[in-house]
Parts: sequence; C-alpha cells; structure tokens
Amino acid sequence: MISFYNITKIYPPHTVAVKDVSFQVQEKEFVSIAGRSGAGKTTLLKLLLAQEQSTRGQIFFDGQDISQIKKKDLPWLRKRLGTVFQDYKLLASKTVYENMVYVMEIISQTKRHILKDVPQVLEIVGLTERANNFPAQLSGGELQRAAIGRALIHRPDIILADEPTGNLDPYHTRDVIQLLLKINQMGTTVILATHNKEIINRLGKRVITLEEGKVIRDEDPGRFIL
Amino acid sequence: MFISLQRILKYGWQDFWRNRSVSASSIFVMVMMLSLITSLLLSQQAFKFLVLRLQEQVDISVYFREDSFEEDILEIKKELALIPEVKEVEYISKEKALENFIQLHQNDSRIMDSLTEVGGNPLLASLNIIAFEAAQYAQISGFLEKSSFAESIDKIDYHQRKPVIDRVFSISSEINTGGILFSFILALVAVSLIFNQVGLSIEHAKKEIEVMRLVGASDWFIRGPFLVQGVLIGFFATVLTLLIFLPLCFFLSAKIEILLPGLDIFGYFVNNFFTIFFIHLAFGIGLGMVSSWIAVRKYLA
Repeated sequence: MISFYNITKIYPPHTVAVKDVSFQVQEKEFVSIAGRSGAGKTTLLKLLLAQEQSTRGQIFFDGQDISQIKKKDLPWLRKRLGTVFQDYKLLASKTVYENMVYVMEIISQTKRHILKDVPQVLEIVGLTERANNFPAQLSGGELQRAAIGRALIHRPDIILADEPTGNLDPYHTRDVIQLLLKINQMGTTVILATHNKEIINRLGKRVITLEEGKVIRDEDPGRFIL
Repeated sequence: MFISLQRILKYGWQDFWRNRSVSASSIFVMVMMLSLITSLLLSQQAFKFLVLRLQEQVDISVYFREDSFEEDILEIKKELALIPEVKEVEYISKEKALENFIQLHQNDSRIMDSLTEVGGNPLLASLNIIAFEAAQYAQISGFLEKSSFAESIDKIDYHQRKPVIDRVFSISSEINTGGILFSFILALVAVSLIFNQVGLSIEHAKKEIEVMRLVGASDWFIRGPFLVQGVLIGFFATVLTLLIFLPLCFFLSAKIEILLPGLDIFGYFVNNFFTIFFIHLAFGIGLGMVSSWIAVRKYLA
C-alpha cells in the first residue's frame, strides 16, 4: 500500500532529517515509528502527507508516486488519509462538531450521513458534551481527542498519528491507543509515530525505529529499543 | 456541485459573521473608498456644470451693415441655425443693442454724453453665435466670410475675441483633465487601501487555510468562502455609503446651489440613484472579490 524507497530529506542548508529510508506498509497493518525527538518521525509523516517534498527517493501510495505529486492531486491524497497532528491543527474558528463536519463536507458527504456519523464519532472520542465548544475552550486532552475524531470521521484508508498521546494522562492515553487498535481491527491502516516506550512495548505490533534520520531496526512484532 | 456551492456560501457567511470585528473594519475601509467614488461622481457633475457655464459665456458676434434689412438678417439666422457646429444663434436688433448699451453704461456719464453727442442710434444689428466647441468658431467665421450674404456683414468679432475663446476652452479642458487625473489618483489610493485591508483580514486566517489544505480541501473549497466574504463586504459597504450620502446630499444641495446656481446635487443623486447604486455594487463586490482572490492565492501557492 505504501512504499518508501531511499527517501532522504535535507532542510536547507545542511540539516539531514531523514536519510536513505526504505520500508513498506501493507494494507490493514499497524506500524509504530519509534525514535527520540528529532529522529525524523514527524518528517516521515509529513512526506507521506505531501506536506514536505523529499530531496531524494520515491514514495508510492497505491501505486502513485507522491514524492512528485501535483498540487491539484493533493486533495485526492489527503482525503484518503486521516491525520492526527502533534499540534492538533484544528480549525480555530469552528467548533469541535464543525471541525468534523468540515472534513465530511470536503468529501461531499450528504447531510444525512453527517448527521449520523458525527455524533457517533463524538461519542467514541468522548466529546459529545464539548461538541459546541471552540478549540480555544478545550483542554490539551480534549484537543487531542478532537483531533483523533476529525482524523477518523471520514473513514480514511490510513490514519497517521503523530504523538497522539503527547498531552494525555495515562488513563486517556490507554483509551486513545485502544481506539487506534479498534480502528485498525476494522480495516484501517494505522501509522503511529511516538517516542513513548511503554505504548510501543504494550502494543506488540511492527516497530520501525529511527535514529538520526536512519532506520536502525524494523521488527514485527517489535519493541522500543534505543 | 450545488451542495458544494451551498456549503461555500454557508462558510462564507459563517466566517463573515464570526469575525465581526475584522469584517466591520473591512466594510469601514470599503465605505471610505466608495465614499471617494461618490464624491468623485458628484464633483465630476459640478465640474461639468462649471465647464458648461464657462463655455456658455463664449460667443462670436456678426455685425451687419447699416443698410441691412431685418428680414435678411433673420433669413441668415435661419441658415446659420442649420449648420451642425452652431449650438445657438440670437438676433440682436439695433434697438435692442442700444437698449443693452444704455443699461450697461447708464451710470457712466462720459459714455452717455458721447452717445447723446453722436445722436440717433450708432449701434449695428448683430447675430450672437454659440458653437459646441472652441475649434468650431473658426469654421463658422470662415463660413460667414465666404457666404452669399458676406456683403451684408460689416464685421465679425471672432479674430478680436479668438484669444479669449481659446483661453476659456483651454481652461475647460484643463479642468476636465485635472478632474480625471485627480479621480484616478484617488481611486488608486482607495484600491490599494482596500487590498491591504482584505489582505490583512485574510492573513488572520492564514493558519486556517493551511489546516484546510492539510485535511484535503480543494482550492475552491478554501477560496470560495473568502470570495463570499468579499461579496458581503462590498454589498454592506454599498448600502452604508448610499445611506450616508443620501441625507448628506439633501442637506448640502441648497448650500452648493448658492455657490453654483442651477446645480442640483440632490436631484442628480436621486435621478441617478440606481446607476450610482450599481456602480458602487460593481466596484464594492468586484474589489472585495478580487482582493480576496489575490490574498488567498498567496497562501494557496
């Protein structure tokens, strides 16, 4: 489904974020990308989202080279992905409910579907009571859950989660991971970037470990070893 | 397609309403710009009126010999009125000329004494001719000199008055050119102001545009609501501007008429209300949309 071939990303002038990274992700797989802060985890997700362009190498998504994707094809790619950003990236001028509706409307979902699915997802992420609040009125944990809800509302093929538990207490962390596992069991591919050792070890899923931009380990099942 | 349009309209209105203070400041700047356009339209009217009055002061006179008959002069008047360059011809008989002369100089005893000494009526019958443009006076004068009734003409005062005529028309032309140039500069300032204001309000939404792109919104789905906001700003600014100018013209009209008798600004405003309304709407909405388009394009690149 996803293939990285010798991907290198250099930020000018000479900062190497990712170097010669190659791996593949199969459909319905749950892959964790582990590594210290600055190891290149977020850069890999940004490259997959075509938020950044690689300096060298190719990335294929369903047979299409997205390292050379045209601007007009970006919506096609991004509608198939659901991303949980490290800094949430919720629309500040819209409520939690509207943030989810917005994504549904982008993919031209009917009003009937929107009215049915959004309350369900709000229930799943535990934000029914906060549906009409704006992001500025939510706590860190609530923002994180709103971002997860928005990422999965349109049933994407792949969920990209960049440190989705970074601002959560252990109780909510466990809930979020359970949620990601459940989404994966329902057939959605999940790519989780985290430096949380405990989460990775408890998952018992494939782990790609990065160090200074290079893949130093790719094991299934894997553990957090650095 | 229809659903997308409906959603774009919804988001446009929603963002316009939720960012009320930003929308209000954009409307305020747009009102300033439209007020400038209204002022230019009205001052253009005043300029035109002024130029017309100035041009009406210019004419040439054709004086006829002492032995000319009134019927012949009136026949010549008829012929002259048929010339396309001639706007107006007025016959002044010997008697009328004397009457005008006396009325003009009745307080000047030296001139009145001279008139009595000369005895009778020394003045000649004449035709006063007004042309549409300054350049046409030379043609009319040439026509008179070569015409069949040239022998009846004592003199044409075109050559004596030519410098004055040319000067008046040159001033009229300068007023017109100056008005256009002034309007152009003011319009340019106003347009750059509104571009700046809309640009600033969209800069405010820079982060949101980035997020919209990341979640897969198409360029149109992102740009659309901003264009709708541009339309709303233009519409509300137009209504506000006209609501300001209608009573303003009503109260100022009488004062302006004292300075320029015959110029009815309020009448002009009311008679041309729909034209003015649509000009404003076109400017307001057009500028709102174009400036939104340009500002958003920067963040979509």
